[in-house]
Amino acid sequence: MAILVDADTRLVVQGLTGREGRFHALRNREYGTNLVAGVTPGKAGQDVEGVPVFNTVAAAVAETGANTSLIFVPARFAVDALYEAVDAGVGTVVLITENIPVLDMTRAYNYVRAKGVALVGPNCPGVISPGKANVGIIPGEITHPGPVGLVSRSGTLTYQVMYEMAEAGVGQTTAVGIGGDPVVGSSFIDVLARFEADPETEAVVMIGEIGGDEEEQAARFVADSMSKPVVAYIAGFEAPPGKRMGHAGAIISGSSGTAKAKAEALEAAGVQVGRNPTEAAELAVARVKG
Amino acid sequence: MDLFEHQAKELFAKHGVAVPRGGVAWSPEEAEAVAAELGGTVVVKAQVQIGGRGKAGGIQLAKDAAEARAQAERIIGMDIRGHTVRRVLVEEASDIANEYYLAVLHDRASKGYLAMASAEGGMDIEEVAATKPGAIVKVGVNPLIGLRPYHVNQLLYGAGFPPETHKGAAAIVTRLYEVLTAEDAMLVEVNPLVVTTDGQVKALDGKVSLDDSSLFRHPELEEMRDTFAVDPQEQAAKDKGLNYIKLDGWVGIIGNGAGLVMSTLDVVAQAGGKAANFLDVGGGASAETMAAGLEVILSDDKVRSVFVNIFGGITRGDLVAQGILDALDRLGDKVKVPLVVRLDGTNAEEGRRLLAESPSDKVVPAATMLEAAAKAVELAGPPAKEGA
Repeated sequence: MAILVDADTRLVVQGLTGREGRFHALRNREYGTNLVAGVTPGKAGQDVEGVPVFNTVAAAVAETGANTSLIFVPARFAVDALYEAVDAGVGTVVLITENIPVLDMTRAYNYVRAKGVALVGPNCPGVISPGKANVGIIPGEITHPGPVGLVSRSGTLTYQVMYEMAEAGVGQTTAVGIGGDPVVGSSFIDVLARFEADPETEAVVMIGEIGGDEEEQAARFVADSMSKPVVAYIAGFEAPPGKRMGHAGAIISGSSGTAKAKAEALEAAGVQVGRNPTEAAELAVARVKG
Repeated sequence: MDLFEHQAKELFAKHGVAVPRGGVAWSPEEAEAVAAELGGTVVVKAQVQIGGRGKAGGIQLAKDAAEARAQAERIIGMDIRGHTVRRVLVEEASDIANEYYLAVLHDRASKGYLAMASAEGGMDIEEVAATKPGAIVKVGVNPLIGLRPYHVNQLLYGAGFPPETHKGAAAIVTRLYEVLTAEDAMLVEVNPLVVTTDGQVKALDGKVSLDDSSLFRHPELEEMRDTFAVDPQEQAAKDKGLNYIKLDGWVGIIGNGAGLVMSTLDVVAQAGGKAANFLDVGGGASAETMAAGLEVILSDDKVRSVFVNIFGGITRGDLVAQGILDALDRLGDKVKVPLVVRLDGTNAEEGRRLLAESPSDKVVPAATMLEAAAKAVELAGPPAKEGA
């Protein structure tokens, strides 16, 4: 088992004919993901290395049975692409695009939730279920199948922790980059709940950072609703207040959203928090190897 | 992006929110001219993006144009909690009967909007929230239906606004919501909203914070950016398209990915140092980006060592190493401090070998992030004394 993406994933890539879309989609296919279609308005009938391109997601779904969409569309068109995917009946959407206007995303979030579609992102590296499917830009070669679920707001920290776990011989069921924006489709809690329900996931590592109160909410969820062990890492103890640290969502506003408050909330909920990515990876490894 | 009060009020006026008549002045002469045109008693208000202006003496009444000029002379150039006053807002004075608080904002936690009101206006709202939380009413607004009359009723009845203010206040809430959605704001706040002795309801002070990701569709708002506040290194980095934030330590930092760079600042602190900056060069980390980044970092003379922290994902470690070496070649003698490089991930070993073989005596390879942090801090030595 895995969550969100697996061997049953039939992937359509919106923006397949663009530079980024093409590069990563073909890498995803090479990894073993079932890439069935691409969408670029006006380019129906073309193909990208044998992958048929359609004008609309609806046509791609009708022709290929696509059930998951991966979006590589520039920020000003990305929300429209998201609505299109949802209305075409796709069940899972992974939205990679960065710098989407916050209010557009907030409206879209409420629409997508009401439709029951699982959205990951925006501003995220995607989802990988090692050995089964890779949907997004995570380098598949640095990890392998294993019993740990990983959920993170940061791309490179995901890679870092995956890599350190792989060095210790431990892989993941699924790794989910939920994204660094203030409003993202899947929260820590959404993903933790999926890992809790996944029989093959034995432990979870979550990687948070400054900004918002998602980690604090996740801490309450872990204490109340999770039987599986969770370990964590939080980045940004040294971040000054009021500055956006690379990610749009990584900002301490007034006195809220600090790394310290997040780490303390998690520890109070019984979550072990590593002081650095290495320690977090070691904690995760210990939970499944012990 | 936060706006100044006078800019916020320009947006208010554009959307029909009543504000006092007034104008911005960059000099005492301009202040005098604005006051003369307004006539009567005016208020001269320091324009800074920080609270506590009144207490610092940055808001003064002037009974005529000459006095407005004198007050502006005093206020322009003033330092208010680290912010230099460069302009003042000169406005007609209002006879205040009552003060209230109104705000409409994007609420990250509920992934929706929030309308807020309080009859305790004119005070620091965070202080009211801490001391009298019951005095603030919050109404959640689902963005799919937008602000409705029932939201406004909940807000005004809930906060105990007197009945005679409802019509004026309701119109203002509705227009503040329009400012939020039409201008892509994250926060639109009026504090205080005043009722004057002759029964007018207007926004006496205003705060607007805009969404940076939406500025592409509001070029006129981008022009409101405060260019004075930008640090020279931050400006140089921005010109080069780099994601750089200056900090107050002495270990320069370059990394790929926002999370990894934040984490790098933390491990440097854990090793006893302090980061001089945040710099995310993104996934690619090409020679050009590395050189541009190094150049910005090395132009900060507080920097005593640099920690390059790269995780090779899709971009292979050997290519990243080559990028670093090319950047060093390009910068030549400008590189005077040691560069501790930690490379991990895809083809990292190959990358480390390339670095080890480099003729540059500035490159110090490290196998792990923690080892690199320790080395960078050690090579930097203790921080330079102020003025030394």
